[in-house]
Amino acid sequence: MADADTIDRPEATDLPDPLEMPKLCPGAMAGSTPYPAKPDHNKALGFPGELVDDWHDRAIDKMGELLGKYRSFRVYLDSCVKCGACTDKCHYFLGSGDPKNMPVARQDLLRKVYRRHFTLAGKYFPKLVGAADLTEDVLDDWYSYFHQCSQCRRCSVFCPYGIDTAEISMAAREILDTVGKGQKYCNEILGKVHKIGNNLGLPEPALEATLEDLEEDIEEETGVPVKLPLNVEGADILLITPSADFFAEPHIDGLIGYAKVFHQAGVSWTLSSYASEAANFAMFIGSYDQMREVALRIRKAALDLGVKRIVVGECGHAWRVAYSFWNTLAGPFDFLDPNYPIPQHICEFTYDLIQKGELTFDKSKNDHMTLTFHDSCNVSRASRMGDMPGGQFEIPRAIIKAVCNNYVDMAPDTIRESTFCCGGGGGLLTDEIMDIRKKGAQPRMRALRQVADENGVTHMAAICAICKTQFTKVMPEFGFDRESIVSVHQLVSNAIVLDPPQDAGAPEEDDEDDVPAAVEMAQESEEAVQAAAEEK
Amino acid sequence: MLTTAYALLFYFATIVLVAGLAWRIYEYATVPAPLKIPTTPAPTTRRGVIFRMGREVVLFESLFKSNKWIWLFGWLFHVALAVVILRHLRYFIEPVWSWVVFVQPFGVYAGFAMVVGLLGLWARRFLVPRVRYISAPSDHLMLALIVAIGLSGLGMKFIARTDIVAVKAFFLGLMRFDVQPLPADPALLVHLTLVALLMIIFPFSKLLHAPGVFFSPSRNQVDNPRERRHLAAWAARMDRQPGE
Repeated sequence: MADADTIDRPEATDLPDPLEMPKLCPGAMAGSTPYPAKPDHNKALGFPGELVDDWHDRAIDKMGELLGKYRSFRVYLDSCVKCGACTDKCHYFLGSGDPKNMPVARQDLLRKVYRRHFTLAGKYFPKLVGAADLTEDVLDDWYSYFHQCSQCRRCSVFCPYGIDTAEISMAAREILDTVGKGQKYCNEILGKVHKIGNNLGLPEPALEATLEDLEEDIEEETGVPVKLPLNVEGADILLITPSADFFAEPHIDGLIGYAKVFHQAGVSWTLSSYASEAANFAMFIGSYDQMREVALRIRKAALDLGVKRIVVGECGHAWRVAYSFWNTLAGPFDFLDPNYPIPQHICEFTYDLIQKGELTFDKSKNDHMTLTFHDSCNVSRASRMGDMPGGQFEIPRAIIKAVCNNYVDMAPDTIRESTFCCGGGGGLLTDEIMDIRKKGAQPRMRALRQVADENGVTHMAAICAICKTQFTKVMPEFGFDRESIVSVHQLVSNAIVLDPPQDAGAPEEDDEDDVPAAVEMAQESEEAVQAAAEEK
Repeated sequence: MLTTAYALLFYFATIVLVAGLAWRIYEYATVPAPLKIPTTPAPTTRRGVIFRMGREVVLFESLFKSNKWIWLFGWLFHVALAVVILRHLRYFIEPVWSWVVFVQPFGVYAGFAMVVGLLGLWARRFLVPRVRYISAPSDHLMLALIVAIGLSGLGMKFIARTDIVAVKAFFLGLMRFDVQPLPADPALLVHLTLVALLMIIFPFSKLLHAPGVFFSPSRNQVDNPRERRHLAAWAARMDRQPGE
């Protein structure tokens, strides 16, 4: 019996499939090219200002150097059997249909030159094995298509040899930088980090003013003087967070959430103006040296301020760099308290407090939303939270479920380790390539459309500054409100019950009353984790 | 003359295969992996990594997640090839171990399964536009080569039988540097030539995926970067530079 209700609602099968295979459209995205870096941007990082005359030889030399420095690059170039397992896994391919956006084809742009110059078969039988010389056209192809890879590693999950296109695209970008063909967005930003300490180029006074304004806003809204301390020597915790958290929406609501959690935890914490950036765009351009330099700023800030712990805010690739690389790049962090994870993700921090029953939430404050969670690629496939593999999926969900009543996951093949990139990661969050960004967002947007239509999902939470910015921009293109992307700690911020200021003289009984509520919350959150585990 | 040529061919092919692979493996093993890049969720212990790698090599776990058709044909081919190789062990040992005797009948079925798997993979190179796009001539030739090896082998079993006792004497002789006459049957000569060719191109081709998978950092690394500092030699040198 079809009643009006079912007629109005589209059937599940009518919704576009996030994994729908596009028709091959060769060359469809050949014109997608980010702005080249200005000579000054390149030179500031030690790269040639513009394309050098002997670019061919320098590129081949660099490739040879990388082959000797990175086992991943070496093994991945040899091991591909062209089985096709990855061909339908890239969000940019699914969105654009350009065959050069199939991971293997993207790798082959570089692999064909590797074969020509570094393998016997490619030297003597180039046509047979698909080897080719490095021409200016090939170089242009690299510039275009290695900037259509967000280094999200989705292909590497499905490759029988774990070949990670991110490794190839990082190497390609490093070669491009070496010959003077840098990308403006990444290289300009890295210059700002080296010079000022964050991607935005936000100087200390501006940062200080921003934080003061935020403190006023919070106090006005809650009546509680929640602080956002800057450069406090001797604080216990140094918070390293993406600078987008200082000004962008919905990032800033997440920052407010961290501050409220720290406030409730009663810990002393601080931000640093010297290291006011969690993002490390050097990873995107594949430069170990640059990545190390940016990471060393954080080490220096931690030493100078004399902190005992480092906590990292909501940022995907930054968490990859922090979790997987900091110890290598800027370690050993033997001056920090070994009783806490070094570094610790803000979600781990909050989750621990929830487990201990130290936070109280009014979940109804988030009742106007039905939420889903977008697993950010670098968190999902290149890092971990907590002690167990997969904690990076469970912990953010457990937090959301502890602070919200309405939560629904998107289709299983579009979340967790199979999650889609937002479309703006890996140094692609720049407006001149909006077309590929939109196309790359399509699979995620379709998955969201499914739960929006079928389950009434109104908002999607994320723990990545790039995801948040990207979705704010592209969601309207897919019929969603730009404010339907939220920070996980924004949800925490909405629901957290703050202790009234002490000078207001909170009566003792209130504290006692809080205890059972806190215990109840802890139990609920445990259930949420269990439920999450069972779902898995 | 023919016997000598094939004896030399197999000595040459063996040297190329062994030396070529040894060189490649030495390279893979000595080039450092400077950063921790396991595809997560990843095991947090060495033992867990061994299990992960075991599932990858024996069951093709990631491929199964990716595409059931490629998995079906690819796994069928590889498992069948393994059984066929076990069956062929009898040509190199005397007396033949009892489990190798046990494997013999399965080896015949595996011979067919191997060819079916290969033809399935080959069909995809023509029928699936995405796979057609990424296929180079060498990808087709590699399949042709292994299919031809399989068919010439099956041909000797079912159509034009050869003197396998003499074949065994030839290979046992090769192993003792005492060359024995090789039967001059066309199917056998084709089979052996193609096998030698496969051995020779192995270290220079995509067949390097066989050793490569074991060296893949995204699969063989333990997920413990916070607990243990991972540092490559060339990166450690940067730490020692003054003024950094």
